[in-house]
Amino acid sequence: MSTRPDPDALLARVTAETPERKRGKLKIFLGYAAGVGKTYAMLGAARQRKAQGVDVIVGYVETHGRAETDVLLNGLETLPRKTIEYRGVTLSDMDLDGVLARKPQLALVDELAHTNAEGMRHPKRVQDVLELLDAGIDVYTTLNIQHLESLNDVVAQITGVIVRETLPDSILDAADEIELVDLPPDELLQRLREGKIYVPEQAQRALQKFFRQGNLTALREMALRRAAMRVDDQMRDYMQMRAIPGPWAAAERLLVAVSPSAFGEKLVRRARHLADELNAQWFVVYVETQEKLKLSPSQADQLARTMRLAEELGAQTQTLAADQVTTAVIEFARARNITTIIAGKPARPRWLAFFRESVVDELIRASGDISVYIIHAEPDRRAKPARVEWMPRRPFLRYVMAVILVGLAIGASALLSPILHLTNVVMVFLLAVVLAAVYLGRGPAVVTSLLSVLAFDFFLVPPLLTFAVSDTQYILTFAALLVVGLVISQLTARMRERADAAREREQENATLYSLSRDLAVAADVNDILRALETNAVTMFGRQVMVLLANGSRKQLELVGKQAGAIDDNERAVAAWAYEHNQPAGRDTDTLPAAQMRFIPLRTVNGVIGVIGVAPSDSKSHLSPSQRRLFDTFASLAATALERARLSEEAQQAQTIKATEDLQNALLNSISHDLRTPLVSITGALSSLQEDDGTLSSATRQALIENAREETERLNRLVGNLLDMSRLEAGAMRLVRETSDIQDAIGSALEQLDRRLQGRQVKVDVADDVPLVWMDFSLIVQVLVNLIDNALKYSPRYTAIEIRARAQSNQIQVQVMDRGPGIPSKDLPHVFDKFYRVQHPDMVRGTGMGLVICKGIIQAHGGTITAENRLGGGTLITFTLPLKA
Amino acid sequence: MNTSKGARILVVDDEPAIRRFLRTVLTAHGYTVFEAARGDDAVSQVSAQRPDVIVLDLGLPDMDGVQVTRVVREWSQTPIVILSVRGGEADKIAALDAGADDYLTKPFGTGELLARLRVALRRGARTTSEPIFVFERLRMDQTKRVVTIDGKPVPLTPTEYDLLRALVNDAGKVLTHHQLLRAVWGVGYDQEMHMLRVNISNLRKKIEPDAARPHYIVTEPGVGYRLRIIE
Repeated sequence: MSTRPDPDALLARVTAETPERKRGKLKIFLGYAAGVGKTYAMLGAARQRKAQGVDVIVGYVETHGRAETDVLLNGLETLPRKTIEYRGVTLSDMDLDGVLARKPQLALVDELAHTNAEGMRHPKRVQDVLELLDAGIDVYTTLNIQHLESLNDVVAQITGVIVRETLPDSILDAADEIELVDLPPDELLQRLREGKIYVPEQAQRALQKFFRQGNLTALREMALRRAAMRVDDQMRDYMQMRAIPGPWAAAERLLVAVSPSAFGEKLVRRARHLADELNAQWFVVYVETQEKLKLSPSQADQLARTMRLAEELGAQTQTLAADQVTTAVIEFARARNITTIIAGKPARPRWLAFFRESVVDELIRASGDISVYIIHAEPDRRAKPARVEWMPRRPFLRYVMAVILVGLAIGASALLSPILHLTNVVMVFLLAVVLAAVYLGRGPAVVTSLLSVLAFDFFLVPPLLTFAVSDTQYILTFAALLVVGLVISQLTARMRERADAAREREQENATLYSLSRDLAVAADVNDILRALETNAVTMFGRQVMVLLANGSRKQLELVGKQAGAIDDNERAVAAWAYEHNQPAGRDTDTLPAAQMRFIPLRTVNGVIGVIGVAPSDSKSHLSPSQRRLFDTFASLAATALERARLSEEAQQAQTIKATEDLQNALLNSISHDLRTPLVSITGALSSLQEDDGTLSSATRQALIENAREETERLNRLVGNLLDMSRLEAGAMRLVRETSDIQDAIGSALEQLDRRLQGRQVKVDVADDVPLVWMDFSLIVQVLVNLIDNALKYSPRYTAIEIRARAQSNQIQVQVMDRGPGIPSKDLPHVFDKFYRVQHPDMVRGTGMGLVICKGIIQAHGGTITAENRLGGGTLITFTLPLKA
Repeated sequence: MNTSKGARILVVDDEPAIRRFLRTVLTAHGYTVFEAARGDDAVSQVSAQRPDVIVLDLGLPDMDGVQVTRVVREWSQTPIVILSVRGGEADKIAALDAGADDYLTKPFGTGELLARLRVALRRGARTTSEPIFVFERLRMDQTKRVVTIDGKPVPLTPTEYDLLRALVNDAGKVLTHHQLLRAVWGVGYDQEMHMLRVNISNLRKKIEPDAARPHYIVTEPGVGYRLRIIE
């Protein structure tokens, strides 16, 4: 089945190769110990490349003063190192930014596993190298086999030396080429004796222990095997890609089931070995059951560490949510064609197996044709988890309370013993144990049970006040009291722990819920920022800052009220986090010396910015659970910000659409309205121009009169358009002055003098109408528009009425005609843009007059309404407030 | 009157089309027309040609019409009629306060332009104010401090009388609110707009046949008032 190349895998390989062009190539010179000549080999290879015309620079090479190596450095451009003052010591490391700026084709970076000096951008040199590769720079580097994460345990076992600087195995897989630098151990030892290998004074002893024939041979074997495995992989890849049929190894697929215990990491490392040896694909799963949902913070942290390690070692990891561990694991295994399940040997007392079958037992029974490997290991020495200190506050007091509780029990039983049988009095002590378990915790409860047995014996069992027992049957009572007490304390304590964990989780959920609720109601970016700020204070007790990428994508802008409260260094950290889509700053792997911790705000459309959290003081760090909470916080923030951005965009699009619609309507309406008068004017003028005396003087007069009326109409239209655009642009500025409304009505009538032509106009301004604080010219224009409408839409013989009245805090002006009125369906729309009431055989309006009136009246803080008059006709009412 | 016919008019406008239109119309009505397209040119033409009236556009490319008005007013009392667009109230007021005599809002009819020019020319020709003013039914005799409508005396308060006198003395000319307040109440009352409004309103009730549609005292919206002397 696996003899044919999998098309998906082929595709993956093709896509993997294409982008790699842009990425730099990594070549690792792999050795099994210091002094085998890795640096020498690397420099030799580099010189060859330089001779071929490649732009090579030395980023960081440590020759340890070896003459033969120094010689090779001659003629290669060496970049100056970056030095940093740290606690009075000058430390030097590769100048990463220098190399990036210099942008050579190939950079030489010695000792891949090196830990950078504090204050450099990355804590580990391997991160520097990855950044160089990302920047498209090829890198040659050196590595000793014992620095590989998965071999760490084995090396420790073989050599007794714990190597602290480890690298994930994936770095070896990521390397495009590996060159094994080999030297027989005898020769290496010879070189060591000759002093050709640099050995620092303080490490002399350790190294002597290290450089033993047996150790070296073992390490050499590991290095050779690793290299061989790699060659094997490449061969297999090659054959598969070319579809060369061959003896494929049966595709082994391993599945590791891990628990949140410290043992998980060990299990994962062992599994990686197995997977390597079998050349198997491997998976790591954790099953989250209802019960395990309430992990203690340290357990959750441990689990995260285990899973991360698994990913680093090349496993595919997955967390499964299920009711039952065994079924979930088996189902997953069947779905993925897993051949072997690896589980840890349960580290628990054998007697417990009597009561409940362990997960491993269940697995073995349910696995069917899938093999199950059980791996034994004591918990990892290095990664010993901090003991979960339950109820850490003043534990001493709790034990005192336990003793008091037993004392009370003694008192109570002394009172009861005359009434009850002694075996029943025991119950009082059991009650004390239960109380201790519930309120004081596990330790005090155990103490209470022990003390209870002793006290019962001493004070109640004859002979009194001795530990001697006259009746042997009391031994059974003691045993029962002890066992029951212990079990109760155990069970109650566990229940309580669980309840505590649940409460903690609940609190976490409550805070997250309050955040997401606040974010949900936030209307815009500012609201969101406010929600984030207030919630961060309640959740973490510290300030958050949000930096969002602006349009050009490169620039990060601080948003929110603390603008400017971030210095350039922190800004650089934020920029790094943003550009690399990785957390950076405090408590991370990158620039950990920074004050703030920055998390990228990831959305489906990529990173939109970063969120930073500032500690209350330089000593305090976020706890692991707080960090997890902060990650969730960041992702909620990102979603909310993205939502706000999208809705803003949608709104903009809508506004643009509305504006376009308006413009279209405007164009349609205006082109018609503008042309009509022009037709009359042009017609009249050309008739007059071409007149050879045939036109009667009356006709000529009529033509001229018509042209003139049309020009006025055109002028009004242009005036309306200008007002409209001013209203639209919000540029309608009121120039208010104390004004007389009667005067305004008079001015309006004066302006319309020509058009009134003897129409009856009744003006009724009450004597008590006060002066109004208004823009006189604009109110005149409102009146002109309203009266003009009244003129247009009512018969010539009817009167137009204008009425002004004083009301409590406003004046009311009404313009009335006796025209056909407004159809009731049109009434709500007469103040809408370009809305025209369809009057048969009536003058067409532009649909702008009333809109402009409404705009002007509203700008004054007044209202305007339209209604139909009793007895027919239109009534327009507007009000103006007396006090602005 | 010969002062009207054959008078010399300086037209200042940067639009060639408007200059051409004005030249055509004014020449046809017997005026001698000079033209200027820029403010500085206008100023030099005023001193060189000594026109009887200046028709001045407010929007000029080099200096605005208000500035031209100020410069001209430093040494010449030649009447100035401003051409402006609707909405430019602030500019109009500035020009009138700077000493311009009248304004016309574009677009304007030829009849209106000629009427304004006649008023301006008459004002320019007049050296002292006439003690007796008569327009239609309104008569004001400043020697006797009497105002009559159809020969019937109209009782006016001292303020109303001063207000009417200010309008009559510059009959036909637009007087800004500012100018009226200064003329009637004196310096320091520039902001007391309501006093002006109330007195205008009362004055109208006494002399206008229909106070709702004033005939004699015309409101220039946003600018001021004018006493009508041409129907």
